[in-house]
Amino acid sequence: MALDYQPKIVGFLCNWCSYAGADMAGTSRLTYPPNIRIIRVPCSGRVDATLVTKCFQQGADAVLVAGCHPGECHYSEGNYHARRRFTVLRELLSFLGIEKDRLRLEWVSAAEGKKFSQLVSEFSAEIAHLGPRKDNGKAAGGSL
Amino acid sequence: MARIGVFVCHCGSNIAGTVNIAQVMAAAQTMPLVTFVADNKYSCSEIGQTAIREAILKQKLERVVIAACSPQMHEATFRKTVAQAGLNPYLLEIANIREHCSWVHSNDKAAATKKAIELVKMAVAKVARHEALFTKEIGLTKKALVIGGGISGIQAALDMANAGYPVILVEREPTIGGRMAQLDKTFPTLDCSSCILTPKMVEVAQHPNITLLTYAEVKSVRGFVGNFEVEILQRARKVDASKCTSCGICWQKCPEKIPAEFNLGLGPRAAIYTPFPQAVPNIPSIDLAHCRYIKYQEFVARGEEGKKPPQCRICERLCPPQAIDWEQSDQVLVEKVGAIVVATGYQTFDHTRYGEFGAGRYPDVITGIQLERLLSASGPTEGEVVRPSDGTHPKTVVFVSCVGSRDERMGRAYCSNVCCMYMAKQAILLKEHDPEVQSYIFYIDIRAGGKGYEEFIRRAQEEARAIYLRGRISHIYQDGKKLIVRGEDSLLGRPVEIAADLVVLATGIEPSAGAKELAQSLNISYDAHGFMVEAHPKLRPVESRTEGIFLAGTAIAPNDIPGCVAQGSAAAVKALAVLSRPSLVSDPMVAIVDPLRCTGCFACQRACAFNAIDSQVTRDGKTIAVVNESLCKGCGLCVSACRGVAMNLKGFSQQQLLAEVNALWR
Repeated sequence: MALDYQPKIVGFLCNWCSYAGADMAGTSRLTYPPNIRIIRVPCSGRVDATLVTKCFQQGADAVLVAGCHPGECHYSEGNYHARRRFTVLRELLSFLGIEKDRLRLEWVSAAEGKKFSQLVSEFSAEIAHLGPRKDNGKAAGGSL
Repeated sequence: MARIGVFVCHCGSNIAGTVNIAQVMAAAQTMPLVTFVADNKYSCSEIGQTAIREAILKQKLERVVIAACSPQMHEATFRKTVAQAGLNPYLLEIANIREHCSWVHSNDKAAATKKAIELVKMAVAKVARHEALFTKEIGLTKKALVIGGGISGIQAALDMANAGYPVILVEREPTIGGRMAQLDKTFPTLDCSSCILTPKMVEVAQHPNITLLTYAEVKSVRGFVGNFEVEILQRARKVDASKCTSCGICWQKCPEKIPAEFNLGLGPRAAIYTPFPQAVPNIPSIDLAHCRYIKYQEFVARGEEGKKPPQCRICERLCPPQAIDWEQSDQVLVEKVGAIVVATGYQTFDHTRYGEFGAGRYPDVITGIQLERLLSASGPTEGEVVRPSDGTHPKTVVFVSCVGSRDERMGRAYCSNVCCMYMAKQAILLKEHDPEVQSYIFYIDIRAGGKGYEEFIRRAQEEARAIYLRGRISHIYQDGKKLIVRGEDSLLGRPVEIAADLVVLATGIEPSAGAKELAQSLNISYDAHGFMVEAHPKLRPVESRTEGIFLAGTAIAPNDIPGCVAQGSAAAVKALAVLSRPSLVSDPMVAIVDPLRCTGCFACQRACAFNAIDSQVTRDGKTIAVVNESLCKGCGLCVSACRGVAMNLKGFSQQQLLAEVNALWR
């Protein structure tokens, strides 16, 4: 694959921890690759199968779901719902012929700007290494 | 069809320095339903907001996208702006092109511009699917809860009570006063800690607006801003407070003696006790783990054979007003409050984790707070500084700074803020107590940033003749009666060895035990060390991220007394700003059921953590779910749990989120 291949990643970030963590990365001027497009959701538990599969149907190279650390959910247990759903969704992805690793769930707190920037850098590199999608879905990748 | 206006903010050069604004504007012109595009130097400024309002009116805009900083920063500001121009405030969407774009992609301007365009595209697609939402007025309980009765909590409670609002102050210990009550004198003025603290403690106890609950703990908190329901566990003192006259006969005559926590084990206390003579309330409590009669009762209850322990009950027999009440049991009180101030304070680092300092083996290696008790006129030695091992007066005293602070090895990277100052204070006080004392202070850096602090350090050096040595201690060991302290003078670059009579470890500050668990039950965030996290480190320093819950004192981070008092007052003002409102407005971004699609499976109800899903029977006899809007917090778990696509979340609807996804590939 050409070196200039740029994966396109959709990130669903919970409003209370991870979205604020991504803000913190900005406030701290921590650079990361411009591959991610962030969608704000109230809680990681709000992200359902439809949203994730729609991303892949449209051609996303990867999807990141990020929420509060266990025990720190603003809504007490939304992130546990996200975690359970994530396990099932990864199985669904491999059933669809999409590598499981293209879906990732992470805990990022409001204070973890550094963690967020590292996460995006690392995840982008991993997905770039994985290359464009190999399933027969819509043409993957595309220019950013 | 809606007419959408897009406003692109330069934020000075914060955005415009990285993102090509002209290109973003040109791209926005071509986006569906966009009828107007403009830019602003600073959208949040008065000029910027006026420009947005004027454009809404002139261009008859029906929806607005503002591409600027994070919605966490200015969504509320811009909602007001569009509302002033007659638009429903929820017909606004923010594209975060600063925190999520210009600030993190400053190294790649072309890519940042491209990303900014896509973020605007997503916002335009989402705002096209926005609906007008309307807030509702909800009532509130005009009463506050303060958790923690140290100086921060005391200050917050007094300020709110003086403003005319009822306050419940809950303290876990049998007395209020907190850590400040243990201190002898305070830096940099050297005024006596109790002399400035006890009047405030008494004021709390006597204040008509304050309900003081000591020896009590907050067990659970439910509800939301304005309408919290709190469960408080009032532990049994086994002493009837309405009868007790605080004469003190009980604790003087109690035969059971155990090391006093308040004096850090430097002296004894009885099993029935008040932590210190000026305790507020001055009602003794029976320590159930050590009381002989309680032990006797437990022995009998177990039905064991053998010699019964003594029944004792001396306190009961000698108590003049017959205040001992063995029947008293723990009680759970339920209170409704509108705002909460969390001031749970700190404890000191456990220095026994440092093997090189003796791991607690040497009696004459003490902590800073133990020295406070030795210096205090009301302490176990009545202000005589003596070595715990043999009661002699120490002449050579070595202070070790940063014990459990600024030490990655111990998982404590942070500075505890007060130790440099209290070591200087203690060196001055030691010299005052005994002019023959020579203090040596080992430091890494001297942190003396407060008002009058640097001058105070000089006073320790010049008047008290304290010798400051820059360096770490590598080893402390006992040699006869002396403690040999080995370290390095890193300025001279050579090893130092001092034969000391007393070593004082400046143990760092860490959050109180149980603070994490409390934060979890309050639903507020805490950092890796257990300190509570502010809503914004600079602009909202005493608010938690949960509305209606405020923070003060060392629960947030290590702080000195003036800082804690200031935060106590600040938190009080923030809480008063909630309590003084005639009513609160509800967040309209809540879940909603489509009655035609709901099959009545109630998967939503099982997913909901707030009991916000009720059932309802429709006219055709079908049982379906219905959302209780005053309980719904808008998390959307019910939406993802719903199998029939009947549930939706206003403001983050499935259509809106899918539109954002789809916009990325359009």
